[in-house]
Amino acid sequence: MNHLPLIIKREYLTKVKNKAFIVMTILSPIIMIVLISVVAYLAQLNNDKVRTIMVLDQSGYLNNTFKNTDNTTYNVLTNMELSDAKTLTQEASAYGLLHVEKFNDINNVSQHVKFYSDESPSLSLISGIESKLEKHFTNQVLQDKGVNVALINESKIQVDVAQESFQGEKTSKVDSVIKLIFGGASGYLLFMFIIIYGNMIMRSVIEEKTSRIIEVIISSVKPVQLMLGKIIGTSLAGITQFVIWLVFGGLLMTVVSLVLGIDLMQSTPQQELVEMAAQNNDAQNYFIALKEGLSHMPLINLIIAFVFFFIGGYLLYSSLYAAIGAAVDNETDTQQFMMPIIMPLILAVYIGIFTVIEDPHGTISTVFSYIPLTSPVVMLMRIPFGVPIWQQVLSLFILIATFMLTVWFAAKIYRVGILMYGKKPSYKELLKWIKY
Amino acid sequence: MSNLLEVNNVSKNFGSFTALNNVSLTVPKGSIFGLLGPNGAGKTTLIRIINQITMPDTGTVILDGESLKENHIKDIGYLPEERGLYKSMKVGEQALYLAQLKGLSKAEAKKRLNYWFDRLEIGDWWNKKIQELSKGMAQKVQFVVTVLHNPKLLIFDEPFSGFDPINANLIKDEILHLRENGATVIFSTHRMESVEELCDDIALINKSNKILDGKLTEVKRKFKSNTFEVGLRTLNNEVLEKELAEKFTVNPAYFKTLDNELKLNIKLSETEKPNELLNFLTTKAEVSHFVELIPSVNDIFIQTVKNNN
Repeated sequence: MNHLPLIIKREYLTKVKNKAFIVMTILSPIIMIVLISVVAYLAQLNNDKVRTIMVLDQSGYLNNTFKNTDNTTYNVLTNMELSDAKTLTQEASAYGLLHVEKFNDINNVSQHVKFYSDESPSLSLISGIESKLEKHFTNQVLQDKGVNVALINESKIQVDVAQESFQGEKTSKVDSVIKLIFGGASGYLLFMFIIIYGNMIMRSVIEEKTSRIIEVIISSVKPVQLMLGKIIGTSLAGITQFVIWLVFGGLLMTVVSLVLGIDLMQSTPQQELVEMAAQNNDAQNYFIALKEGLSHMPLINLIIAFVFFFIGGYLLYSSLYAAIGAAVDNETDTQQFMMPIIMPLILAVYIGIFTVIEDPHGTISTVFSYIPLTSPVVMLMRIPFGVPIWQQVLSLFILIATFMLTVWFAAKIYRVGILMYGKKPSYKELLKWIKY
Repeated sequence: MSNLLEVNNVSKNFGSFTALNNVSLTVPKGSIFGLLGPNGAGKTTLIRIINQITMPDTGTVILDGESLKENHIKDIGYLPEERGLYKSMKVGEQALYLAQLKGLSKAEAKKRLNYWFDRLEIGDWWNKKIQELSKGMAQKVQFVVTVLHNPKLLIFDEPFSGFDPINANLIKDEILHLRENGATVIFSTHRMESVEELCDDIALINKSNKILDGKLTEVKRKFKSNTFEVGLRTLNNEVLEKELAEKFTVNPAYFKTLDNELKLNIKLSETEKPNELLNFLTTKAEVSHFVELIPSVNDIFIQTVKNNN
């Protein structure tokens, strides 16, 4: 008798009708949007704040070096002792005081520059000042040696290297960033999905054990069927929740940014990356590059691969979660078994972030995109950079083979574990269960 | 075919631990069969094998003439000792789900549930969640779910635990009623008085081995020791006791009477007949009490298990 559809239906409906689930489904996007809004608002606020920096120049070199910007005002003090300048700065509650002493040798100018402030200044502020001073003094030296600085500035030439593969595919820096975002997002999505809904499966297995219904159920259905039904039902509930989050969250985001006039996207780092990569293009070019970048992506490949690796990776992990749930009596006992699951998952994300971005087709990236526990995440991050189809198929094949093996292994543990009460099993005992 | 269930030479090992060692038993059709044994003897393993939850290492199980197969799930109703229901699911939904797992259609399941819920007067619980019910109430729902699909074989593991005497009696009557309608019942319990009351056949399992089985009456016949409990009214108890002790094996007996009578257990040899004893006693005293001691299931259980150990 095939009860799988019935089990899936029950698992799905109980998850979806659960109050906590409903509350989380509605509340999560709201909380997210509120958080993003607050961060975006604060960032805007921070940008709006104008800092005043006093500059005490005793060297006489710095004329008009410090130009006021949107968020920094420079007040140049003259004819003053350092101690007076300090007092003045504090009284005026300015952010800090830049002091340049009188010096003889311009090459040792570092020894004569100091910045005073109440709090330690940010790295970007100091490096901004440093670069300004460096530029100024370099020009000074050049001028002293009789070089025409204006001529140098005029002669500057800017080069953008256009990239093209031997197959004639054009790429650009914007492309790379877009690929990174797509790869990163899909890998991260899978990671989150596994953690959230894998745990949900585990809890639901434990619930059946603690409510002692399990023996009633498995006198009617095969444990493997129950396990698969649980995994599929919970996943469907998860997908439902995810879709609601996306739609509802998207709507909310649009509404909030329209109503409050805060550009939420502005504060996301991806945007900055794209802008950074595209900084040399003007606005029009930027959008063209963006469009081209998208069209350069192996989109169809990406979508198909996403579906397969997502399902494969998720099922692989969730069968492990189900086995853990079956092996223990309550959630606190799950810790020792969680480690071996979480470790490869985190490893995969780290490899994705640090290695794939640096070298998408290097040895480490390639190897880990074959190893089944890391391959879904790593491969998903690699694919936007163009992975040969045979590699994807091979990796998927390994993944599916491992999944089958894991389901078999998990089902064994599940079958024995669900009827074991009381004692928390050791790994040795789990191995013994497989042999029963 | 008068046996509904035949278990033939079933063994089951868990690693180095032997849960069942070459156990065979037969359950006659339409009987109530008591499966007895101390804790950890292997009863639950045997029941799980019959339910196809675990597979035997060796041996076969025949249900109604056929070797046990997946399709038999709908022929068995099992109330496990470790039982429960989904706490946050509504009674009706849950019962429907479990009935459908046993192969009933939704409509049929609903019809039968209405019948049973009315019969046990729990109709108004349909929309309640299990966590709102008391333990006894949940047990009633559990009982209904077990018997709903009209199985040929019902297996009850400690069916009365959690019930008050009134409800326990109600369930007992339902079990008898189901038997009248053709079901065969395997009944596993530590409450010997209910075995005494309900069971036609018993099997006793100890330390993975079956050590005793048969019709309850035959088992009792085998275990009775030809001992009679007598109450005698006489003028001098001590003199009479001495006289009887010379002729028979005599032990003091304990039972409640109105007068201060001489109470004895008198064991006869195999050749002696009860009438001879009675005739002898009437010449010596006024006989107020004369009962053959039939061993209780409790006594048989304790004695057999102790000897076996």
